[in-house]
Amino acid sequence: MSVHGVTGEERDDFTRAESRAIRQRSTRLLGSALKPLKKKFIVTVVVILVATAASVVGPALIALGIDRALPALLEREDWVPLAAVIIGYLLVGVLGAFLVARFQVLSAEIAQEILIDLRKRVFLHTQRLSLDFHENYTSGRIISRQTSDLDSIRELLAGGVAQLVQGSLFMLFTFVALFSLDWVSGLILLAALIPLAFLTRWFALASQKMFRRTRVASARLIVHFVESMTGIRAVKAFRKEKRNEEDFAELVEDYRDANAKVIQLFGTYDPALVLIGNVTLAVVLLVGGLRIAQGELAIGALLAVLLYTRQFFGPAQEMAMFYNGYQSASAALEKISGVLEEKPGVPDPTTPIDLWEARGHVRFDRAEFSYKEGRVVLPEFSLDIPAGQTIALVGSTGAGKTTLAKLISRFYDPTKGSITLDGVDLRKLHPKDLRRAIVMVTQEAYLFSGSVADNIAIGKPDASLPEIEAAARAVGADEFIRTLPQGYDTDVNKRGGRVSAGQRQLISFARAFLANPSVLILDEATSSLDIPSERLVQEGLQTLLADRTAIIIAHRLSTVAIADRVLVMEKGRIVEDGAPEQLITGEGRFAQLHAAWRDSLV
Amino acid sequence: MPSPGGRRNPSIVATTQEDFVLPESDRTTNPPTERRGTVATIFRLYPYVKPAMPRIVLGMIAALIGAVVALIIPQVLRGLVDGPLQDGDSAQVVPAVLLILALGVLEAVMIALRRWFVLTPGTQVESRLRNDFYRKLQDLPVAFHDRWQSGQLLSRMLSDLNHIRRWLSFGIVLFIVNIVTIGIGFGFLISINVYLGVGFLICSIPIWIYGYVFEKKYSVITRRSQDQAGDLATAVEESVHGIRVLKAFGRGKHMLRNFSSQAEDLRGTEIEKARAIAGIWLWLLLVPDVTFALALLAGVLLAYNGELSVGDLVGFFATATVLRWPIESIGFLLSMTFDTRTAVDRYFEVMDETNTIVDPAEPKTIAEPHGRLTFDGVHFRYQDSPENVPDLLNGIDLTLEPGETMALVGLTGSGKSTLTALPTRLYDVTGGAVLLDGVDVRELSREDLRSHIAMAFEDATLFSSSVRDNVLLGRQEFADGGPGADAALAEALEIAQATFVYDLPDGVDTKVGEEGLSLSGGQRQRLALARAVAAKPDVLVLDDPLSALDVDTEALVEAALRRVLASTTALIVAHRPSTVMLADRVALLENGRITAVGTHSQLLATSEHYRFVISSLEDDQDSDLREEVNA
Ligand SMILES: Nc1ncnc2c1ncn2[C@@H]1O[C@H](COP(=O)(O)OP(=O)(O)O)[C@@H](O)[C@H]1O
Ligand SMILES: Nc1ncnc2c1ncn2[C@@H]1O[C@H](COP(=O)(O)OP(=O)(O)O)[C@@H](O)[C@H]1O
Ligand SMILES: [Mg+2]
Ligand SMILES: [Mg+2]
Repeated sequence: MSVHGVTGEERDDFTRAESRAIRQRSTRLLGSALKPLKKKFIVTVVVILVATAASVVGPALIALGIDRALPALLEREDWVPLAAVIIGYLLVGVLGAFLVARFQVLSAEIAQEILIDLRKRVFLHTQRLSLDFHENYTSGRIISRQTSDLDSIRELLAGGVAQLVQGSLFMLFTFVALFSLDWVSGLILLAALIPLAFLTRWFALASQKMFRRTRVASARLIVHFVESMTGIRAVKAFRKEKRNEEDFAELVEDYRDANAKVIQLFGTYDPALVLIGNVTLAVVLLVGGLRIAQGELAIGALLAVLLYTRQFFGPAQEMAMFYNGYQSASAALEKISGVLEEKPGVPDPTTPIDLWEARGHVRFDRAEFSYKEGRVVLPEFSLDIPAGQTIALVGSTGAGKTTLAKLISRFYDPTKGSITLDGVDLRKLHPKDLRRAIVMVTQEAYLFSGSVADNIAIGKPDASLPEIEAAARAVGADEFIRTLPQGYDTDVNKRGGRVSAGQRQLISFARAFLANPSVLILDEATSSLDIPSERLVQEGLQTLLADRTAIIIAHRLSTVAIADRVLVMEKGRIVEDGAPEQLITGEGRFAQLHAAWRDSLV
Repeated sequence: MPSPGGRRNPSIVATTQEDFVLPESDRTTNPPTERRGTVATIFRLYPYVKPAMPRIVLGMIAALIGAVVALIIPQVLRGLVDGPLQDGDSAQVVPAVLLILALGVLEAVMIALRRWFVLTPGTQVESRLRNDFYRKLQDLPVAFHDRWQSGQLLSRMLSDLNHIRRWLSFGIVLFIVNIVTIGIGFGFLISINVYLGVGFLICSIPIWIYGYVFEKKYSVITRRSQDQAGDLATAVEESVHGIRVLKAFGRGKHMLRNFSSQAEDLRGTEIEKARAIAGIWLWLLLVPDVTFALALLAGVLLAYNGELSVGDLVGFFATATVLRWPIESIGFLLSMTFDTRTAVDRYFEVMDETNTIVDPAEPKTIAEPHGRLTFDGVHFRYQDSPENVPDLLNGIDLTLEPGETMALVGLTGSGKSTLTALPTRLYDVTGGAVLLDGVDVRELSREDLRSHIAMAFEDATLFSSSVRDNVLLGRQEFADGGPGADAALAEALEIAQATFVYDLPDGVDTKVGEEGLSLSGGQRQRLALARAVAAKPDVLVLDDPLSALDVDTEALVEAALRRVLASTTALIVAHRPSTVMLADRVALLENGRITAVGTHSQLLATSEHYRFVISSLEDDQDSDLREEVNA
């Protein structure tokens, strides 16, 4: 099975090779994010090296105090060693504390730098990914990538990595200090490393799997939750609450179980660590005690050795705790790197062609399209739409009208053949020029939370308020907007829930008006409007479309009145093509449709 | 930083276990009106925690024994140093070491026990809280969901509850145990030497004070960072849901700019947070180090004066080392407790929300449903509409006789969709009543009511499950298939002209994707219609159900619908004459009232406004038509 991109995201049973491939891509990602921070990274490492070294000196100084300074005082009334030890302790302490504080800030800065880098990458990349990716992946998953996954990386980078680096350095230095203080105890500690290593390896392997499971479980929880909250009306109207509750409870239980397993692992690892530590301590004490009895070791030194042994295992416990942070972050990183690995189905051109003033001449040249391999939706066809022409695209639902429109606005690329704007293949056109030239308004008039004015301004981000109002007036939206509580500043709530469906369409229409493109595509953009409002829109359209190319998809054939040319689609093919007057009087499909529509008016 | 013993990262307490802290945003939600005390707030968890109490208490006891054992080890050491070691009596060393070994093993066992005891309660309490939260959210009315971003609810559902679990599993146990440990530890220190012990105690006070002050400052920053993270999450959510618009206008980069500036804000806050943490680190390291240095000075001096043995000194430092971590941790455990209190607050902020649309205490039932739907002087206004504006629905009187099909016609924004939401109590009327077969809908249980009335919304929300599950959503008896399920499914698909689903890759078992967006608009709408029809309700409420259909398909659907509508009461919002033709009568909604009811031709003849709303013919044709009708 492939683990490329987001495939295999729901699995937790990777083979070794697959695990390696996934790990490698995460490491690559992290590496590339770290690269620009090399200098800061080195400084940070130096700071932590010095800080940790300073932190290891303590017990040795206490030993000196007991073994040297106290006897010196008792025997010779010599205050110098004591003063030296105390001052040394204070100096090292202050230095260490400041360096550690500095290290905290430095590592947070690095962490934030990496995070913001990843955030932007994921954001931009998800914007680039084509619609078919989004349709399958669901928004809930992207939300969990950008929130909970990035958060666990943040926690790792801000606290965990610091802890890991600091902890392992600390263990290393402690070990060195212990060895130089008393090599016999050092050897004992070395022996203790063997069970420690085995234990930790077991824990690493076991917990990695569990962390993947918690990630998967939490993502499922998020997806279910988001979907049922977004569709709450339908949930209520169709009494889906009980079933939802059951499904949700199952997911909650999965998640709980995964969490409990993780805690259980810690419940084994943590006491086992303490056990190894305490046994080592006892052995060190036994050997040390016997050697003191023989006069081979000073008491202060024994204390230092014991303190070192104890503190050696201190970070091991914490590192275990942070190891889980590491685990959950690397599980998260795997998911994120998977998303980033997804290739956009509609890639940006490598050497884009600029098109400053598009005239709006659209051509399909032996284009073919299918959403999924093997199911051709639009069989091969050619079509030439001269600049400035207004086209009415009609046909039954599912005929492929929207698909054709999506191809022109390059939501998808044709699977065969090409589509050109003013002779330039859309795939080579600079994305900015493409989007400025071609705008599509869809039936699902999505509004972003924010004011009405903000939503219209999507069409032209730097538009002034008068411009925005002019656009609204042109499509007949001004009147109702003024009756809203705060007029143009009224918040439309999530997904525009504050305004009615028809009003949403008017707003998104004004948006397109403001964008002022050379090619305008309207895909059932007025389907929820009442007839008078639609008529107003059409009047606006007549002026708007005078000098631009337009493709209007509508079931109410009143649009035909303003069209220069009609295309009729059936099952993905264009079956009729001609001037409206000509088609209406004929015997074809359009004549039927038009007659049916005339009948439907009374 | 010469620190014997524990060195902990300040975030250690907050960052145990599989954390993922989800951002949250509260800017738009109301802060709780009354602020309870921390203890009182957290105590609200008690009903959930109660069944787990024995285990938590046992866990605490285990932890306490473990801590005491850890403290006894230095005492044995002290005896060892002053006794056998001083005397050079190696025979005595072994039993003392064995004792220490036994104590060491006991400590490990106690830690294991503590872990084991608190394992289940934390996660179970969390699950219970989470399920209750979800149940509550599904129960709360649509008006509530209008106000709350789903991201904000999500963060409560996930990160706040995770927080509570961690606190229950670690925070509370460690907090209480560490305080007791510190108490006992100081007892030991003082027993070794009064001056040294009291001195040590006094020197550690700054940490506690700073820890407390820090907490206050820190929680402000944390809250801000959570808010900013919430805005960021909302930006992400919208950038994905609105991807079609963003692509159509090529505004991905523009959104990225907004997103980036929000992300930069968040980074600023996060770094500020790191500085605060660095500040407390400084104290946490500096204070104990200075204390240790002073203790060393004092200890050596006391020993010099003969008031302290070497064993005492060893015992003192060994004990102080054991105490270092509990002392350091108090500040953070405190802050974790405050954070938990915030989490509990946020949780109950939703749980305390009073549901205005509830089942009556003694729900009535309709013995023999006929499907007479009556709007009796209905008034309705949205919660946020300005005061000087008249009610959106300003006295609606309308009766749908059993089996009758009524079309509802009105301008965009006149309140048609709002009206259709009232019979199923998605919103409750603010005046008057909606009656079903003479019973006020508020006197029926919601479950019962909604089994009588089925809806199709104007935006056809589908769920990301199979076509079958989507269409049979209103038929609970078919949830697991069952006899008749296929027939019901086929019939509904037939009526809604949604037989295209048989051509999908997996037929009726094809998953329709998030919100059904991989289907064309008209296909989605037909499935939503099929869903309403399949429910076989007494009353059908269809909000503009044919808007996305082409004329042919529309005609087919209409023909099929007529059969259903012959026996079912229906309220159909319509924009087009063709849809209106389905209806026996038409009601015209204008300025919040039903200003005219009658057949299509009656209204065409008598109502100026109706002609304005429904007729798309040119004015001259329009008048021709009127003459025709009048004639
Ligand atoms: N994202 C998609 N993935 C797979 N199939 C799709 C997708 N969108 C549309 N289709 C299919 O392509 C066909 C044409 O759909 P569409 O172009 O939306 O039709 P129209 O706009 O004419 O109603 C339909 O059979 C539909 O099911
Ligand atoms: N959730 C809401 N909160 C506040 N106002 C709303 C809400 N939904 C709709 N409105 C307002 O109520 C009016 C009627 O909306 P609606 O019933 O959807 O109209 P329509 O007749 O087009 O279906 C509109 O002006 C709209 O702005
Ligand atoms: Mg379409
Ligand atoms: Mg509506």
